[in-house]
Amino acid sequence: MRALTPTLMKTSITGFFFVLLLVLLPGFSNKDLPKSAFKVISFQEFEQLAAEESEKLRVFNFWATWCAPCIKEMPYFEKANQSDKELELYFISIDDARRPERVTAFIERKAIESPVYLLNDVDFNSWIDKVSPDWTGAIPATLFIQADGSRHFHEGAMEETELLQRIDQLKQ
Amino acid sequence: MKNTKKFIGILQALLLLATVSLAQNNGYEVGDEAMDFHLQTVSGSQVSLEGLEGNQGAIVIFSCNTCPYVQAYEDRMIELHQTYASKGYPLIAINSNDEKISPGDSFEAMKTRAAEKKFPFAYAYDKSQEVIRAYGATRTPQVYLLEKESDRYIVRYIGAIDNNYQDATSVSEFYLADALDALLSGAKVPRETTKAIGCSIKWSRNSQ
Repeated sequence: MRALTPTLMKTSITGFFFVLLLVLLPGFSNKDLPKSAFKVISFQEFEQLAAEESEKLRVFNFWATWCAPCIKEMPYFEKANQSDKELELYFISIDDARRPERVTAFIERKAIESPVYLLNDVDFNSWIDKVSPDWTGAIPATLFIQADGSRHFHEGAMEETELLQRIDQLKQ
Repeated sequence: MKNTKKFIGILQALLLLATVSLAQNNGYEVGDEAMDFHLQTVSGSQVSLEGLEGNQGAIVIFSCNTCPYVQAYEDRMIELHQTYASKGYPLIAINSNDEKISPGDSFEAMKTRAAEKKFPFAYAYDKSQEVIRAYGATRTPQVYLLEKESDRYIVRYIGAIDNNYQDATSVSEFYLADALDALLSGAKVPRETTKAIGCSIKWSRNSQ
């Protein structure tokens, strides 16, 4: 029994580091990850995410798989995020959380690399104003958060040049 | 001379832009008088506020065929009409989406949808988007509850139908029904505006 203990300990220490690695891995820049991170989050988790400190300009794009204007503008966001190291993009899906596979299948099909979080809270009136008082609730909609924490909101679809101009403007 | 023309051109463009953005932001607020409309419905007739008879108001809902939120609410819209039309508040659904941008929202498609779902309420087509611009709706579905005061229609509630599009049995806040019940009992509407995620309006390109 006693002879086994060091081996067991070794195994559990290795196991611990392995688990630690798994936990830490998603914390690295999303640009290092081969595939998009996906998870279902509550509004509280969204607020925590939005409140995180960052040196970068953070962009939260609200969309859904069934929303044509959202899907049209997604590549502009994705491209900007890939070419601009000072940007941190999150796609916030407001799809039906009872069918997350619709979102994950979409991510696969479109090869989206930026993290996609499905915001699961249908009591919309309780949180829309907290994202921005300017938001009427239509999607697509985009929240920009500058490094100093100041928020800028855009409701409606954006053309690529419009998005890039906005990003440039907000990075200054 | 050329430069002056250019300048005037730019000025006109700016003015137009300002007008468009104003038109989109300056919709009705609670307490405002709502304009009447005369719109073609799927049943082949016209619907207007002044054409309503024996009513106390109207439930105007900016709607469409294609939005999943609208689809989730269609059965509830039918029920609301069945409950409240006889009490003086008929429901009028208005589709303002441009069919060129959203072919599934064409007048023909509206007729098909209305037949499939056997809509008991008027389903009207706001092809010119004049009505939605005046009201200021930005998404579907979006409700404008109007109360009739002599000949005028006053906006009493703007927002969502309730607080759970996914599951009618899990609703905990019946915004529209509560507002209707309040008006019917002569009380003040408890919550006059609410927000909800909805589908953006498919605005016509030439008007933007």
